[in-house]
Order: sequence, then structure tokens, then C-alpha cells
Amino acid sequence: MENVNITINGMPLSVPANYTILEAARLAGIEIPTLCHMKGRNEIGACRICVVEVEKARSLVAACVMPVSEGMVIKTNSKKVMESRKMTIELLLSNHNRSCLQCVRSGNCELQTLAFEFGVEDAGRFDGAKTESTEDTSAAHLIRDNSKCILCRRCVAACHTQTAVIGANNRGFDTVIGSAFNKDLNDVACISCGQCITACPTGALRERDDTQKVFDAINDPTKHVVIQTAPAVRAALGEEFGMEIGTNVEGKMVAALRRLGFDKVFDTDFSADLTIMEEATEFLDRVQNGGVLPLITSCSPGWIRYCEQFYPDMLDNLSSCKSPQQMFGAVVKTYYAEKNGIDPKDIFSVSVMPCTAKKYEIARDDQSAAGVPDLDATITTRELARMIKKARIQFTKLPDEQFDNPLGEDTGAAVIFGATGGVMEAALRTAVDTLTGKDNESYEFTEVRGMEGVKEATYDVAGLKINVAVASGTDNAKKVLDAVKSGEKNYHFIEIMGCPGGCINGGGQPIHSQAEWATIDIKGLRAKALYDQDASMPIRKSHQNPMIKTIYDEYFEKPGSHKAHEILHTSYKAQTNTIK
Amino acid sequence: MLKKISTLPFDGTPEQEAKLVEYINGIRDQQGCLMPIMQEAQAIYGYLPLEAQQIIARELEISVEEVYGIATFYAQFALTPKGKYNISVCLGTACYVKGAQALVDRITQVLGIAPDECTADGKFSLEACRCIGACGLAPVLTINDDVYGRLTDKDIDDILKKYE
Repeated sequence: MENVNITINGMPLSVPANYTILEAARLAGIEIPTLCHMKGRNEIGACRICVVEVEKARSLVAACVMPVSEGMVIKTNSKKVMESRKMTIELLLSNHNRSCLQCVRSGNCELQTLAFEFGVEDAGRFDGAKTESTEDTSAAHLIRDNSKCILCRRCVAACHTQTAVIGANNRGFDTVIGSAFNKDLNDVACISCGQCITACPTGALRERDDTQKVFDAINDPTKHVVIQTAPAVRAALGEEFGMEIGTNVEGKMVAALRRLGFDKVFDTDFSADLTIMEEATEFLDRVQNGGVLPLITSCSPGWIRYCEQFYPDMLDNLSSCKSPQQMFGAVVKTYYAEKNGIDPKDIFSVSVMPCTAKKYEIARDDQSAAGVPDLDATITTRELARMIKKARIQFTKLPDEQFDNPLGEDTGAAVIFGATGGVMEAALRTAVDTLTGKDNESYEFTEVRGMEGVKEATYDVAGLKINVAVASGTDNAKKVLDAVKSGEKNYHFIEIMGCPGGCINGGGQPIHSQAEWATIDIKGLRAKALYDQDASMPIRKSHQNPMIKTIYDEYFEKPGSHKAHEILHTSYKAQTNTIK
Repeated sequence: MLKKISTLPFDGTPEQEAKLVEYINGIRDQQGCLMPIMQEAQAIYGYLPLEAQQIIARELEISVEEVYGIATFYAQFALTPKGKYNISVCLGTACYVKGAQALVDRITQVLGIAPDECTADGKFSLEACRCIGACGLAPVLTINDDVYGRLTDKDIDDILKKYE
């Protein structure tokens, strides 16, 4: 790409010709503010916060969509620009529910930050008609409050590559973000992925907060409260405390959970290993005994909900394994309860997940191995951070502590579950050893790593040719499934995650501004934290986890046993009633 | 203005669906085909009920929300059916100052429907329109192609009786 010469605030600059003014200004060390812009996903130039002055242009131009051209002279912070931006902020505030004190996004709200930076003194300067506050509380995972919506459409763009169940309805001042025929989210084909929440610049979309439920359980002396933490949480939780993106905070997270008062701090990694044992067994059984192929992973409840609604004819392809969260919950209320002589009814089982769909998953049918729900509450990474802050635990100063035993043992295979391709790689590590009957040296299946939406590979395992595919984000899942249905592709094993990039980019993860998303490889850094941990671990294969061996010896007998099926597996139902 | 959504049951026929699908098949490869498809659907069903929007979404492999967003953006699309007799009361400036609102109020009183609604028996629907170019007859209303002018609310009952 050739360069063009431009001037920004008097400084000459040579920038690639396909850059927008927004991107060019970054080269000059200037971050032009935006609200509606999402690089490559929502480039609509609608919010007018990013306006700049361009010599000879008739009016201010939107930097996020205006390409640079030879000789362009740009002013990014002239008086005219600053006044225009400030007035735009004031106009947005004029129809904004300014209950910032009670808002979950206070301190991490892009509109609030701008209002502060631009010195808005009277937020009500242009007050007039207000959009009626219509809260949608129908979904298990999120709450939408349109009185805080600024109509930037970032959630719509985030949903567009998922299930596209939300959009802008009506016109003019009546415009609201909602679903077809004003249906509640629970009545449309929403998969609870929460990608809309992490895209929202304000508090219009937020997760359903379950932290009080958890605090109440901790404070209830009759309850034995255990918590499990998903792999992806440790790769992102530190961001909530100002730590660098990609810092693995496993030890500090465990320390914080102990200080919050959980009786036992366990690791979902353990049940990720258990999932691999069951799923690899299921896979080999299907391959060797002519079962339904391709086998598709079932760890991601967003993906499961997508499959049940959009591909009900492929439910037999899904692994019957519960997700690691649910397996863990089931093990806690059966094996662990029996072993420790605790009535499952007295256990309050909590999970901390990078995921909002987990809030939906815990209430699914066929998820109560001990006759009580496998899980009692699930909180997101963000909610855990909120609890830690509320308890005034000084996270960054905590020592690194270890998970409790026995359900805190894990392997490198389990840790990488949090990134797209991780489950596939973990399953391959175990499948290869099982098929060859020996402890193979080759741990790493790098073809299935990385942030591409669809990855494919073929492995020759003990003479057996295995075609695998990995997809993350439901638009990529659709591509893979359609290729399978049309006969174009012949896979044996597919990993699908509902969120783009897998759990490390789940809808429950810390929220970042679009400026950060545009300039930092957030997904890649979080994934790297997990792959680095995997590489540093003494045991990197699920079947070599000593506690896994113990639990099969003492309790489940062998992978795929009758007891394992009763406790660790589940079932699926077509969901045809929702509006798509 | 927010569009009213019909609460009447959908009474579309398989023939109507086949007609719509046939139209879609003939135009689906054209860029920007959604608008003409929605216009055709409205011509077939008289309005754009959920069921019709679902057919369009299914055929074009887009979400219903994408169709609905457009249906609620443009004034030309209706989410409520038209009755056998569509009453259109002009609320343009001349008619309005001559008391057209009283006509609307009386119709609402007699038929039990507000503007953009249809009676449960599908006989009458009511809409408010802007100037139809007959200001000399203000206030004016039309029922299908019949025009009635220089009205007061006292005339409404007799006019409606003609359509029973």
C-alpha cells in the first residue's frame, strides 16, 4: 500500500493511503474519541463524536469513516472541533438516564468518560423529551435498559455475526434497540452469549448480577460454599484491577476467593480434564462403532442454544457430555458430597465464568445429577471483580495461592480450554495416546490454535485419518455446519464455541473501550496467557491428571460407564418456538 | 410515530405464501431486493404480519429483526391489516381546522377502533392521512374509493350504515 502525505495539527505525516483519519491520527499519537465506531464491524459514522476539521471540507468530518488523501490538512482539536464534540455529548446526555451513581458501568462508561473529559458542567443543558425506560429483564443472563442507550448500534453489530436478534426499530426519536415485534429477548433466538454487553459503551446492557446471592450464601453458616473457576477467568480478571492484558492471575484469584470466604476454592480445569476423558471416549466409540459423526463439542452453552434453535437436525452430533461447569457441579454434589459426608442440599455451588450463557445453562433441564441443581449460582469475571472490590480485597497485593484439593488438580490440556481450539487440542492429546497405547511426546497441535474463525486440520493417528475443524462465533459455526450438511466437508470431530475467539472473549469478560480493541490484540494476549501456562505445566494431558485417575478408580469406574453417563452427561431438545 | 401491531389472528393462506415465495425466487439475487419483497408481501397480505416477515426472513436467510427494523422505519409498511372498508380521515391542515378530529373521534366511538386499527370482523379499518387535495371539501374522509366531504361528526353514523 502506497503512502500519502497529510498534516495533522501542523505535523507532516506519511500514512498508508487506505487509512481513515482516525487511524492516521493514532500514528501521530492522538486517539480521536469515538462512540459508535467498531473497527471492521460498525463503521457507520453516526455518533459524530469523532469529528475533525479538514481544510477545504464544507463541514466537520467523521474521522472514523473518512479516508485520508494526499495533501489533507487535519485539525483534531481546534476550538470548532472541541465545541462540536462537547455539544454532541450534551445532546446525547439530554436523552440519557443519568443515574450514574447506581450504574454498573460507572467508571467504565465511555459516555461518562467523555462528559468528564470535555468538562460538561450541565448535563441537563438540552433536556427535553426522554426515551421511556423499558427494561427487558426476561433473559436469564442480561438486562437491557433502553433509557441508557445512545443508539450507537455496537450491540447490533456484535449480534449481527451471532444471531442478529436485535436491531434498531422505529425511526427518529422513537428509535429503540429491540427485537422483532418488540418481543422480549427470551422469546427470540438469543443465545445468551453476551457479546452485546461487552460491545455496549454505556450501562444500557448489563449482565444479571448474581453477586448478592453469592454473598448471602457465604454468610449462611448452614451452607458449604464451593467455587470453581473457569480457565479463561484467570487470563482476564487482572484487567479489572489495572493489570496488563494477558496477565495470568490464577494465584491471586485463588487468594482473593479464599478471602471472600468460600469454603473450598476449586478449579473448573479439573472437570475440563474430566470432559476430555468422557468426550475422547465418546469420540473413539463413535469412530470405532459407526456412531454419528462428526462429533461436536458441547462445552459452550451459547453454542448449544444456537444448535438447538438453528440446527435442531444436528443434535445427535453433539457430544452428550455436560459442559465442564456442569460436570464440576455434578461431581461436587455427588462424589465430593459423599466422600465428605455432606448433604448435597447443604452445598451451595458457585462458578465464576467468562460467560453469560452459563447463567442460562444452570437452569437447563437434565442438569441435576444429585436431585438438586448441579450449580446454584454462576457469576461472570466482571461480577467476581465487583465482589473483590466490594470486599476491599487488595487484589494486586495478594500472594499467589494454590487451589484446594482434591478438585483443584489440573493439567495444561485443561487450561487451554479457554481459547478457541483448546478443547480440540486437549482431546487430541488424549485420543492420540489412547489410540497408540503409549505416552506420545508430541503435545502440541498448533494447527488448531489462533484466532481465525474457522481452522481445519487432518491428523494421522495410528493409521486413522482424523479430519477436525474448529469454529468460534456462530457465523463461523454456521459455515462449518452448512459445509457438513451439504457434504462438502467430511469432518470427524468439530469444536465449536459460541463466542468469537472462544471463552477468553466471552460475554462475561472485562469490558474495554473500542480504542483498546482497535490497538491491542486483547483476544490473542488472553489466549497467550493460557498457552504459556500450559507450556509451563508438568502434566499436559488430561488422562495423566492423578485426580482424574483417582475419581475413575474410586467412583466412575471408567470413562463412559453407566454411572458416568448418569452424572456427567446430558440431553438436548430442539427449540423451534423462538423467533429467529 | 410508533406503529401499532395487530393483535388479530393471522389468516394467511398457503396460496398467499406460495405467491410470495414465487416472487422472492424471481428477485432474490438482486441487490436490495428486500424492499420490493416487503412491498409485494404487503400487497399480498394487506399488511406485514409476523408470519409474513418470517417467510421473508426464512427465504432470504436473514433474521426477522432485519425485516422488522425496515418495516417500522418506513411509513409505507403497516403492521395492522386493512379492513374490507378502509376509512381514511384527512387530518391535513385545512381539514383539521375544520374539525376532522371530531370525525375520527366519532368513528372510534362507533366502531371501537383507533387509527391504524382494524375491527375484529375485518370489516372496517381506520387511518389518519395527510392532505388528499380536496381542501374545498374539508373536512373530508374516504372509504375505499368513495369520497365524503363537508362533514360533521353527526354525519358519521349514516355514512357507516351504508357499508353494513
